[in-house]
Amino acid sequence: MPYNATRTMLGHFHSNVSRMRPFRFAPALPRISAWSAADGMILLGLAGFLFAALRLALHAPAVIRGPEISLAPSALPWYTLLSCGRMVLAYILSLMFSLAYGHAAARHRLAGLVLLPLLDVLQSIPILSFLPVALLGLSALLPQALAAELAAILLIVTSQAWNMTFCFYQALITIPGELGEAATVFRFNPWLRFKSLELPFAALGLVWNSMMSWAGGWFFLMAAETFRVGARDFRLPGLGSYLQVAAGRGDLKAVLAGLAALILVIVLLDQIVWRPLLAWADKFKLEMTAGEEAPASWAHDLLSRSVILERCEARLWTPLMERLDAIMGRRMGLSIARPRPRRPVTTVVVLGALGLLAGWGAYRAVSVLALLPRAAWATIGLALLATAGRVAVSLLLALFWTIPLGVAIGSSPRLAARLQPIVQVIAAIPATALFPVLLLALVRIRGGIDLAAILLMLMGTQWYLLFNVIAGAASIPQDLRNTAALLRLSWRDRWTTLVLPALFPYLVTGAITASGGAWNASIVAEHAEFAGRSYATRGVGALIALATERADYPLLLAATLALVALVVGINRTLWRSLYHRARTRYQME
Amino acid sequence: MDLEVTSQPAMRAQSPCLLELRGVGKAYGQAAKRFMAVEGVNLVLRAGEFLCLLGPSGCGKSTLLRMIAGLQAPSAGSVLYRGEPLAGVNPYATIVFQSFALFPWLTVQENVEVALKAGGMPAPARGPRARALLDTVGLDGFESAYPRELSGGMRQKVGFARAMAVEPELLCLDEPFSALDVLSAEALRGELLELWLSHVIPTRAILMVTHNIEEAVLMADRIVVMAKDPGRVVTEVPILLRHPRRHKDTAFQGLVDKVYAAVAGRTAGVEAPGTGPGQGGRMQRLPAARLNALAGLLEKLAAEGGRNDLYRLSGELVMELDDMLPIVDAGRILGLLAVAEGDLFLTPLGQAYADASILTRKELLAGRILRLPVIAWIYETLQQDDDHRVAEEYFVDKLRLELADFAESELDRAISWGRFAELFAFDDDRDELYLETDG
Repeated sequence: MPYNATRTMLGHFHSNVSRMRPFRFAPALPRISAWSAADGMILLGLAGFLFAALRLALHAPAVIRGPEISLAPSALPWYTLLSCGRMVLAYILSLMFSLAYGHAAARHRLAGLVLLPLLDVLQSIPILSFLPVALLGLSALLPQALAAELAAILLIVTSQAWNMTFCFYQALITIPGELGEAATVFRFNPWLRFKSLELPFAALGLVWNSMMSWAGGWFFLMAAETFRVGARDFRLPGLGSYLQVAAGRGDLKAVLAGLAALILVIVLLDQIVWRPLLAWADKFKLEMTAGEEAPASWAHDLLSRSVILERCEARLWTPLMERLDAIMGRRMGLSIARPRPRRPVTTVVVLGALGLLAGWGAYRAVSVLALLPRAAWATIGLALLATAGRVAVSLLLALFWTIPLGVAIGSSPRLAARLQPIVQVIAAIPATALFPVLLLALVRIRGGIDLAAILLMLMGTQWYLLFNVIAGAASIPQDLRNTAALLRLSWRDRWTTLVLPALFPYLVTGAITASGGAWNASIVAEHAEFAGRSYATRGVGALIALATERADYPLLLAATLALVALVVGINRTLWRSLYHRARTRYQME
Repeated sequence: MDLEVTSQPAMRAQSPCLLELRGVGKAYGQAAKRFMAVEGVNLVLRAGEFLCLLGPSGCGKSTLLRMIAGLQAPSAGSVLYRGEPLAGVNPYATIVFQSFALFPWLTVQENVEVALKAGGMPAPARGPRARALLDTVGLDGFESAYPRELSGGMRQKVGFARAMAVEPELLCLDEPFSALDVLSAEALRGELLELWLSHVIPTRAILMVTHNIEEAVLMADRIVVMAKDPGRVVTEVPILLRHPRRHKDTAFQGLVDKVYAAVAGRTAGVEAPGTGPGQGGRMQRLPAARLNALAGLLEKLAAEGGRNDLYRLSGELVMELDDMLPIVDAGRILGLLAVAEGDLFLTPLGQAYADASILTRKELLAGRILRLPVIAWIYETLQQDDDHRVAEEYFVDKLRLELADFAESELDRAISWGRFAELFAFDDDRDELYLETDG
């Protein structure tokens, strides 16, 4: 869902929670590119890919039985473990993917020509909309339980990988020239170069982005664990489905137990995995000056004093790395010539083959789409409009409350110190986990599903905005605040000449990420199977669910593609122009 | 006055030639945007020689160094090492970088060890070797420190120790002292000279890139002076002073003045202001100087009787050669300053400027800069427009045809000059240039 930059900002927020330190970061989105021919190619490629998956989906079983979910407290640890297992597996895959993809995009010019625009599009589309297609396609190939597991993991990977990939790619192309030249002059082989230069240089950013990817992963995991349309029950045993069943049965005790388990896991992992990693990664900072407080972690302090770990490092890790270096050194040889362009023949052949395949798929996809009656397109258009409206409303609602609160927090270190830990824990709960609970409360009201959908989007979006507003408010230089006070600016003038312009870049950054999150949420928010009944409202998410249920594959393809095209289009026009404005006019340097 | 000549140069003439450049050139970009960083450089470096490449920034001296180290391939001519053309990284050379280029996540010792490891030295031998090297440069006791904990001078010592680790035959130094404070730099120069002159290190030749004239005269056996647009060798100055050399010696000062004159006299063909976009002929870029700096220099010169030694002047103003020369260039193109024999003096016009009132000065300057084709072109374009406003993009597009990637910075300079002379200005909100009329 989100964009990497805000994730990095969120990361800074995290780092600031334990100790008070002024927020010190500028919004730095990747540049949003204008429409290009590559976009068209990529959209066609996606269409081809979706078509291939749908061809498979034709053979998907019509009835899929889901797992029995037990609400017994003794089952909860098991479900928690299952959910965590999926997360860990997905994260490892994401990391490997990121390193390989980022390296290829940065080091091979030809590959970069394709990989970069692809990355750009993929990180901006609502990944969740691919879930139905992926589930259907995989369940035609694999036993049901395996298909759902694989689809869940793939979904998490696709949600996590892009920003990490982008971060690694960015690191590779921003390695200071002389550092890279030193590696070449001292004849580092590719392995040594990766190990001693590229990976360490990217480490800090990778850890930040991993943290954010991990947090985002929960959102998709919960969605994947609870996905069910009509007779096809793709649910997986895990925390998400536990919460859903508990809410469906109105078992408040189980709901609370499930939420407690979820929060516990999130906080625990943060404390014993991510924080120590972050503290450790601080040594990879490039700045040559000491100073600026390092991120603190009690777990890291504890571990770094451990004698056992030290022994392990000396006896196991160091010799192991030595062996690895030696093996890699022998395999790659010592003669590292100056980086010269590879012979592009293989790349051209591979890319050409992929292009042909995508072209064929796109052609077939388009011919399927041509069969769709005109009325169906009208339905899709209306559904998109309805969802867009919901996204806009949730964004406005989020702006409405986050601006005043965020400015209050950002302007007062005391308030920030008190509220940050609370905000952080609340923000860590994936909105999709709360959705069944929301439904439990709203389902009886007329238009309850509508309200629930907007609330889910709101929950998925507001935190990005809040963090960005806090960061923006904290970035206003004290000199300017003082000047505003000295000039005795009225409340109104102060907001229009100082606060809002200073916030603008942060608001744009936050809103881009937030709207991405909202589009994603729409897939799971607009229809629900709850307590044996199904609820739906008009919207593209509901339409995708309906198409999945009825096995109306042309409609599913059309709706998914239209959604992707719309979101990419909005990014390239509205957000791009706002972002450009933010960069050129309102950036505080 | 001890202008004694060492006996080394005579011997050196027979010593083997390590490096030879034959008509070396380097171009960036393609077709219309082609830009020559270096052109037609011929150079010979013999064993036992300490050679300095000296010139203003942008003269391609660092590019030349990178081609010699094999980091970049020349686009014309050939680089021969021991008579063989280079293919890939030069195995006999290494570089000490201006920014030190230490890996910040490795300790001092690890930074040296990683170079040994890349060279294939087995693990057990690396530790003692690295410590011995660090000992040589006087860093014992700092093995476990991280670079960020060290001062600039100490970081560069690590850079030297790392370079020594690979026992290079040719040591390339890329402005190794320019990121250091004055005292550390002076100390480190002395230490390097001591290592070099006492033959403690196996290095057989040193090639140093610098823009610091005194540094070059202090250390080198021969100075190769380069000029820019395109980057090329203009002259060579042998330095035959005996070591240790002293800054205060008259002979030393004489050589510094001589080199300074060579550098200052050769910066671009300033007498010809070039042509404007689309007028044919080669376009001349505006010097990278602000006009208020030029105004300051004119006033200072006037206060000193209209003439001063260029080198002394840059010392008094605490300005590097790279900062000083563009201002001098600007004064020369505008006909306000002139340079002769290492001296800078006011032209009659420059004297008139210094004597004038503030308003007259603006007018005088406006008249002078309007003689420059770029400025005149912008001014006339604006005058022909009905609203006297034209989009920035228009100018950038036209300039790009001539200057490629430098178009925007060229326009920025032109705007800055136009603003100072109150000819035209830039509207940041609308990205337009407009004429300054009636205030």
